[in-house]
Amino acid sequence: MPAVRDAMFAFRRAPLLSALSITTIAFSLFAVGLFGLVVLNIRQALQKAEERVEIRAFVADKTPIEQLALGATDVARYDEVLKVDLVTQEQALERARNELGEFRDVFEAEFLPSSLDVRLKPGFRDPESVRRVAQRLKALPFVEDIRFGEEWIAQLYRLRNIAGVAGIALGLAFAAVAVIIIGATIRMAVLARSREISIMRLVGATDGYVRRPFLIEGFIKGVLGGVFALVLTWVAIQIVGGYLNFQTIFFDRALAITGVLCGALIGLLGSAVSVGRHLRRV
Amino acid sequence: MIRFTRVSKIYPKSGPALTNVSFSVAKGEFVFLTGPSGAGKSTILKLIFMDERPTDGEVRVGGQSSVTIRRSDIAKLRRRLGIVFQDFRLLEDRTAEANVAFALEVTGTPRATIPGKVSRVLVQVGLASKATSYPRELSGGEQQRVAIARALVNDPVLLVADEPTGNLDDRATRGVFQLLRDINASGTAVLMATHNLELIRRSDYRTIELNRGEIVFDSSEAAKAAI
Repeated sequence: MPAVRDAMFAFRRAPLLSALSITTIAFSLFAVGLFGLVVLNIRQALQKAEERVEIRAFVADKTPIEQLALGATDVARYDEVLKVDLVTQEQALERARNELGEFRDVFEAEFLPSSLDVRLKPGFRDPESVRRVAQRLKALPFVEDIRFGEEWIAQLYRLRNIAGVAGIALGLAFAAVAVIIIGATIRMAVLARSREISIMRLVGATDGYVRRPFLIEGFIKGVLGGVFALVLTWVAIQIVGGYLNFQTIFFDRALAITGVLCGALIGLLGSAVSVGRHLRRV
Repeated sequence: MIRFTRVSKIYPKSGPALTNVSFSVAKGEFVFLTGPSGAGKSTILKLIFMDERPTDGEVRVGGQSSVTIRRSDIAKLRRRLGIVFQDFRLLEDRTAEANVAFALEVTGTPRATIPGKVSRVLVQVGLASKATSYPRELSGGEQQRVAIARALVNDPVLLVADEPTGNLDDRATRGVFQLLRDINASGTAVLMATHNLELIRRSDYRTIELNRGEIVFDSSEAAKAAI
């Protein structure tokens, strides 16, 4: 196919300029990728924190264990509920001795209430859903008190929303910068061949014929830049993770492929815009 | 073949380049376009291959009108024209034959037929032995012959030449001009912009003289008037 051949010829004819373009694309996408990784890891940390969202329903004294077990089964059937743990007085003491130093020498469990520890499904861990389930639990006849860290949950959600919005806004800003930088490098490649383009137009080449090799070239540069950026990001996260002794996650396969395809798309769009503008002038 | 009807061209920054120009060129005709620098010769040629559109009036070339032609049709029109410039406009990183083949590749000619066509026109312009030379290895006259070969390879009905001998010495000028005459003799119309009066005097081709954007003399009109 002539367009593919011309695109490959362009790489051979100006290898340094091509390498510069690919490197520029790679570093632009590296910035986006690094930011994306930070967002991913923050989301992961917030998700882990979300998993700790639970409602503790303290049970009235002398509630029969059968009633408790029945109640736990009923609560487990709520749409919002993932899991219910029935914690007896003895289990409550064991937990207190493990978590709180001052209980280490306590061996009597009678003063600690039993409880139902309710974990909610993902999607129902927002403050409103948690409050709703807590109110339903409070209405149960054997439930004496409810604790669910209302303020902590509200703050967690506020943080999650801020992180989400900031992530999108900053991500778009980084991506916009990447598009501008990539567009500029491709524009350099187009200008370097402006003489060739004008001669092509003079001998009767259509705009499509002129455009196609540049689009292919932009696509290839975007893919190569994307792959290079992925490698750079992986190396960076290994260094940071090792230096800070911090458990980090990397993009999964789907996200990695999406990232490379975004590079390809940016390369393609950058080429289309640069060539289009040039063709309108000649 | 070509018809200019009351054509004016005004450039926003430099002002009027042509004023109320009307003339026509028939198939197979050889016409000199002459006049001092800035007279409007190059503007007329640009209007012919639709690199510019007239501010007023109409330019018709090969059945296409400047008023109605679409951008996508300009490429098709240019395939029927051959265009030659003073500065040759060759691709420096391609050989002579690759420069000529380029004009066939961009017009979608089947790859198998390209070498034969390239060979034919290089023989026609007398450069068969220089097919694999790069422009930097060719003289000015030879480079212009390659440019002419590129202009001819798509069998144009009209060859438009903008000062084709402007950068050449006398000998090369005579060689290129003879080549253009041979091309015209085989049926291709030629419109050649030049201010080489020696060439004009030594031939009996029609001459259109421009000055300050207006036609001041047309030898075909003068001949008709004399009759």
